[in-house]
Amino acid sequence: MYALRQWSVRHARGLNAFYRGFESVLVALDPLLRRIGHERLERPVARVEKTVKGLLFDCRMCGQCILSSTGMSCPMNCPKNLRNGPCGGVRANGHCEVRPEMKCVWVEAFAGARRIPGGIEALRSVQPAVDRRVQGKSSWLRVVRERVGEPS
Amino acid sequence: MIFEDEPVPGYPLPILPGHTSPGRFERVLRAGQFAVTTELDPPDSADPEDVYRRARVFDGYVDAINATDGSGANCHMSSLAVCALLTRVGYAPVMQISCRDKNRIAIQGDILGGAAMGVCNLLCLTGDGVQAGDHPQALPVFDLDCITLLETARTLRDEHRFLSGRKITYAPRVLLGAAENPFTQPLEWRAARLAKKVAAGAQFIQTQWCYDVPMLRTFMQQVEEMGLLDKVFILVGVGPLRSAKSAEWIRTHIPGVHIPDDVIKRLAGASDPAAEGRRLCIDLIQEIRTIKGVHGVHVMAFRQEHAVAEIIERSGVLNGRQPWYPGRDPHTNTNRMAS
Repeated sequence: MYALRQWSVRHARGLNAFYRGFESVLVALDPLLRRIGHERLERPVARVEKTVKGLLFDCRMCGQCILSSTGMSCPMNCPKNLRNGPCGGVRANGHCEVRPEMKCVWVEAFAGARRIPGGIEALRSVQPAVDRRVQGKSSWLRVVRERVGEPS
Repeated sequence: MIFEDEPVPGYPLPILPGHTSPGRFERVLRAGQFAVTTELDPPDSADPEDVYRRARVFDGYVDAINATDGSGANCHMSSLAVCALLTRVGYAPVMQISCRDKNRIAIQGDILGGAAMGVCNLLCLTGDGVQAGDHPQALPVFDLDCITLLETARTLRDEHRFLSGRKITYAPRVLLGAAENPFTQPLEWRAARLAKKVAAGAQFIQTQWCYDVPMLRTFMQQVEEMGLLDKVFILVGVGPLRSAKSAEWIRTHIPGVHIPDDVIKRLAGASDPAAEGRRLCIDLIQEIRTIKGVHGVHVMAFRQEHAVAEIIERSGVLNGRQPWYPGRDPHTNTNRMAS
């Protein structure tokens, strides 16, 4: 939902802090998650993730979430899927070239990033090309696997 | 058998120390010359002569010719094919690659193929959205974005491998470029965006049309503060406007093009608006060339390509230098053949 998505960017700081906490909890739960099995958890967790993040960010479930690096503005809402900054077609009013009724997700990202400690620095880092295989999969479980250091 | 008058088109030059391509464009830039590039309007035709005729109007005035890749999301002859035709007779094209129509498999193949045919310069672009062009029904691909595209090209060139890690036996030796638009939102982010492109491998930049020099100066100041001036060659986009009406149309219909009101007023008040548009373009070039860090201009004269030679001539930026074109040095080729 567009209005809620804009609210999330305005509250990027709080949401980012909350997510940091949530991520630590997930990582702490790793032994339990492992006992149940990531494969078994994949579908239900992805469904919850899709509902929550879909509501807050219009999440597209790319499966490799970088919201914390983009000021809580989901780059997959960019019609060109740009994950490294705005294109050259942004309108003078800061709206999208392709969807003029929508604010450019990168104009939003810039605003959101200023509210997050280290957000601007994160925006400057080059994001790798998206791995299209993980589309629809849970980013949360993936993060746990990466943080715990197990090969996914 | 070898004919006496055998052409040596696209003959690769030796790669000089510190250069990444065997191309003339890189040589001009690294020699500290003020470079001039332009854009070829690709034909809606399968006739190679249409390409050559469009290239010839620039003879003697440009160092490289951009071959656009479905610009404005309109269908034309492909960038790769235009480049193949141009290199066949020795022109130095800049092969534009847009992320809109091809995925990473097709793009990497095109980079190898282009380089194999003598392409020495790539311009890595995101591309216009399909809604802008004549096939709005098409699937927008956008598998990569311009920055991951730059990284992909650099990986091929410097690490001699595909993104998959698979080795390639002969790397494409190309100069990597990207576009930047210093004239649109979010303005405070534009220089940082340029920094990202440089970090991803961009060695030269061609900007969107500049009609607002103070805005360009602010941008260049930021670029300098980020310590990028000696890391990238910046060519500023310029172009003649035909009339106040067409300028008005461009700024309302082409997203990302910024034309200030006083430019429109200047054209509206002129008795010959097209001539005034060219004069304005020359004035802009002369002002832009004095800005620190600007290494050239990229003349985008859509449907006014015939005016490019006159604009460059009258601007005096070539300083008496005559860029190469087929037939400029009738004897050199024969000498090279003999050696």
